[in-house]
Amino acid sequence: MAETFEHDVVVVGGGGAGLRAAIAVAERNPELSVALLSKVYPMRSHTVTAEGGAAGVIKSNDDLETHCYDTVSGADWLADQDAVEILVNDAPRQLIQLEHWGCPWSRERDGSVAVRSFGGMKNQRTWYAADKSGFHMLHTLFQTTLKYPTITRYDEHYAAKLLIEDGRCGGVAALDLRTGSMRAITANSVILATGGAGYVFAFTTNGAIKTGDGMALAYRAGVPLKDMEFVQYHPTGLPGTGILITEAARGEGGIMLNRHGRRYLQDYDLGQPLEVTDPRHPQNRMMELGPRDRLSQAFHYEREKGNTFKMEEFEDVDAVHLDIRHLGEKRIDERLPFVRELCRDYQGIDPVHEPIPVRPVVHYTMGGIDTDIDGRTALPGLYAAGECACVSVNGANRLGSNSLVEILVFGERAANTATEEAGELKRPNPDALRTQAKDEAKRIQQTLLNGANANGGVRPAHVRNKLRKVMEAGCGIFRDAGTIQTACDALAELSEQAARMTLDDHGGAYNTQLINALEITGMLEVASAMAHSAHARTESRGSHQRTDYPERDDAQFLKHTLAYRQEAAAPRIDWKDVTITRWPPGERTYGR
Amino acid sequence: MAGEKRITLEIFRYNPEDGGEPFFQSYEVEYLNHWVVLDAINWIKDEIDGTIAHRWTCRMGVCGSCGMMVNGEPKLSCHSLLRDYAPGPVRVEPLQHFPVEKDLMIDKSGFMERLAEVKPYIIRDDVNDTGNGEYLQTPAQIAAYHEHSMCINCMLCYAGCPVMSLEPAFLGPAALALGQRYNLDSRDKGQAERVDAMSGDEGLWGCTFVGECSVVCPKHVDPAGAIQKGKIAAAKQWYANFIKPKGAKK
Repeated sequence: MAETFEHDVVVVGGGGAGLRAAIAVAERNPELSVALLSKVYPMRSHTVTAEGGAAGVIKSNDDLETHCYDTVSGADWLADQDAVEILVNDAPRQLIQLEHWGCPWSRERDGSVAVRSFGGMKNQRTWYAADKSGFHMLHTLFQTTLKYPTITRYDEHYAAKLLIEDGRCGGVAALDLRTGSMRAITANSVILATGGAGYVFAFTTNGAIKTGDGMALAYRAGVPLKDMEFVQYHPTGLPGTGILITEAARGEGGIMLNRHGRRYLQDYDLGQPLEVTDPRHPQNRMMELGPRDRLSQAFHYEREKGNTFKMEEFEDVDAVHLDIRHLGEKRIDERLPFVRELCRDYQGIDPVHEPIPVRPVVHYTMGGIDTDIDGRTALPGLYAAGECACVSVNGANRLGSNSLVEILVFGERAANTATEEAGELKRPNPDALRTQAKDEAKRIQQTLLNGANANGGVRPAHVRNKLRKVMEAGCGIFRDAGTIQTACDALAELSEQAARMTLDDHGGAYNTQLINALEITGMLEVASAMAHSAHARTESRGSHQRTDYPERDDAQFLKHTLAYRQEAAAPRIDWKDVTITRWPPGERTYGR
Repeated sequence: MAGEKRITLEIFRYNPEDGGEPFFQSYEVEYLNHWVVLDAINWIKDEIDGTIAHRWTCRMGVCGSCGMMVNGEPKLSCHSLLRDYAPGPVRVEPLQHFPVEKDLMIDKSGFMERLAEVKPYIIRDDVNDTGNGEYLQTPAQIAAYHEHSMCINCMLCYAGCPVMSLEPAFLGPAALALGQRYNLDSRDKGQAERVDAMSGDEGLWGCTFVGECSVVCPKHVDPAGAIQKGKIAAAKQWYANFIKPKGAKK
C-alpha cells in the first residue's frame, strides 16, 4: 500500500535552510540522490516573507569579533559561542555565494553590496534586497535547485512520521496531498528544515504553515527540544493582522512614539534619542536599534502606564506608533517599498504621510531541535537546520538579520555532515520502513478519517484556535508560575480534546482538513514543550521574562533546557551547559 | 464572531473522488471591515464546511499561494478586501486555464516544469567561486531586470493570458519573464542556453501582446514588457546573424 521511494538524503522542508541543504548535497556529491520534500511548493515557504536582510561582515569598518559579541550579548549569553563563531565567520561567504547565484542585493553606486543598520548590531552589516530580502533569497535558492538533476522534489507532501529502524532514522512517511496516499521516502540521512512554530500563538507574523512540524517529528522520536521557552516578539506588527513591519524601518531611521508623541524607548535604559535630523541618527545599539526583546518589553510597560492607544477597529488592541515620515517618499520607495505596500493594502494608511500603528507580535522560535554544531541530532541519521533547529546561535533572543544567514550557514553545514555520514550506517531494511509507513497510514485512517468521533467530536479549528489563545495568555512577553501553569493545564485538556477531533472531509484528494488536524497534534506537542520549559526556568533572560523571577541567574541557569517527550505525561526537562569560548557572561547594555 | 456586515460567497466545488459534476455552493459570512476574501474562505472552512480545499500560506501577498478567480478576475484572495465586493455575492473559482484538482486547487505541476525550462539561474563558470567577493552590479544594472525579478509565481498572469486558453503549450508570461530576468542580469552569461526554450511559437513569439498579464500582475512584474524586450533582443540577434561576416567574433 505504501509506495516506497529510495534516496540517499531526504530534506524535509523547502524554505531557505532546506533549499540550501539540498543544493549543498548536490554540489558536494553528485552521486547522491536527494529528495526535497515540502508540504507546500518551496517558494511558498515562510522565508519568502522575511523583509529586512541578512547579516554578514563585509565592510572595512566592521569586524567578525563585533558581530560575534553583538550576537552573544543579544542572546543574553545563552548562545553557544562556538556555534556563533561558525555563523559569523561563514556568513560573508554564504551571502556572496547567494549573490553569485543571482540574489539581487541592493548596491552602492560603485556596484558593491550595500548594508544597513539593524537592531542590536554595533555596525552596519545587514545585506538587503530593499525590504524583500527573504523573498529574493528564497526564489534565488529555489531557482538554483533547478540546475541539479540529482534533486527530486516531492511538492505538497506532508511528513507525518520519521521512519526509524535499528536505532537510526531511515526516512519519512509522507502523505501525498494530491492523492492522500502514504509514501515511504527512504534515505540514509534525513535533514529536517521545517521552520519555526510561531503559529502556536494567536497573534503572529508567521504564516499558517509555521506549525512546528519538524520539531514535533523529532520530539516524538525521542530527540529533545532545546530552549523552547524562548519565543521572540517582534516589536512592530500591524495591529489587526500581525503583518510584519520590518526592523529595517528603524534601521533606516524610523522612530517609536507613544500616544503622547514621546520617544518612550529613552525611558527603558536604551539611551537618549537624537533628533531625526541629526546625521548621527539612528545610532546603532541604541533606542530604536535596541534588541527586539527589550523593545517588546518596553511596549508592555508603556501599556501599563497608559501610554499606548486603543485600535477600535481591531477589538481595542493597544498600539504605539512607528513613524518613518521624515525619511521622505523617495527613500521609503527605494528602501522600504514593501512596508508602504503592506501599510496601504492591509492597514489603509500611507506611511509617507501617517505614522504606522504597531504592536509586538510573535515572530520567531529561538528554541528547536537540539543539534550539535554540525547539524546532528541525538538520533543517528537525523539532522536539522534553520528555525526548526537550535544549534544554538540565538540563545535567549535572536538579533534581526541573523536568521537569514543562519539558514544558509547551518543548512549547508548540516547537509555536509549528512552527506559525509550518508554511507556510514547500515541502511535499514526497506520492508520494515514500508511497514512503518503503512502503519502510520492505518493510524491516521482509524483515528481521524473513519469519523468514529461523530458524536461528541471537536472541530480541529476549535482546538487550534483555543491552543493559540492559551499560549498567548500564558506564555507571552511576561510570564509567571501562575500563567504558565494555567497554560500547561489547558494544553493537557486540549490534548484530550484533540484525540476526539472530527473531520468533515474523509476523502483522500487534497484533504487539507486532515493535514490541519495532523499539524494541530504537533502544535500541541511543541506548545507543551514551550510551556513546561518556561515553567522550569525560574529566572528572566532575553525573551523569557518571569515576573516572579525578574533577574538573570547565571549561577543556576546559564544552561539550555532540554525537553524530552514522555508518553501521557508532562515533558521531562533536563539541562545542558552553554558553550562559552571568548565572551564570559557580562552585563547586557544598550544605549550606553 | 463579532461581525458587522454579511456577504454571500459562491464557492466553486469539485471533488474528483465523488465522481460528481462541479457546482457552486453558497455560504453566508459575517465579516469584519478588514477581512479579505481569504479570511472568509478560512472562516467557512473552520466553522461550517471543512471539506473545502484551497491553498494559502502568508496572508500578506508575497507567498503566491492563494490566487483564484474572484468575480471572474484573477486575484490574490489575501489581497482582495471583502468590503470592495459588497453587497455581494462574491463568486470564487479556481484560476482559469489550469486543470482543477479539487475545489479551488489547480494543478500547478505543469507550470513548475515549464519554469525549469528557461534555466532561471545565473549561468557562468565561476558561479561557485566566492573567493574574490561579490560580482559588482550597479543600481542601474539592477534596474535593467529588477521588476522582472519580483514574480511570486502566483500564476494570475496565466489565468489572464488569452493565449493560454488557445495554446496550452505556450510557455506563458511568468516563465518568459523569469527567463528574461536572467537574460537582462549583468552577472549572467547564459542567454545562448535559454534561446531554444524561450524563442519559437511556444515561447516569445507565441505572445500576441494583449498585455493582460501585466494588468493582472499583483507585483508589477510586467511580463508583457519583458516579453517585448525579449522579442526585440531576439530580432536583433537574428539580423546580426545575417549582417556579420562568417567567422566574426560575436
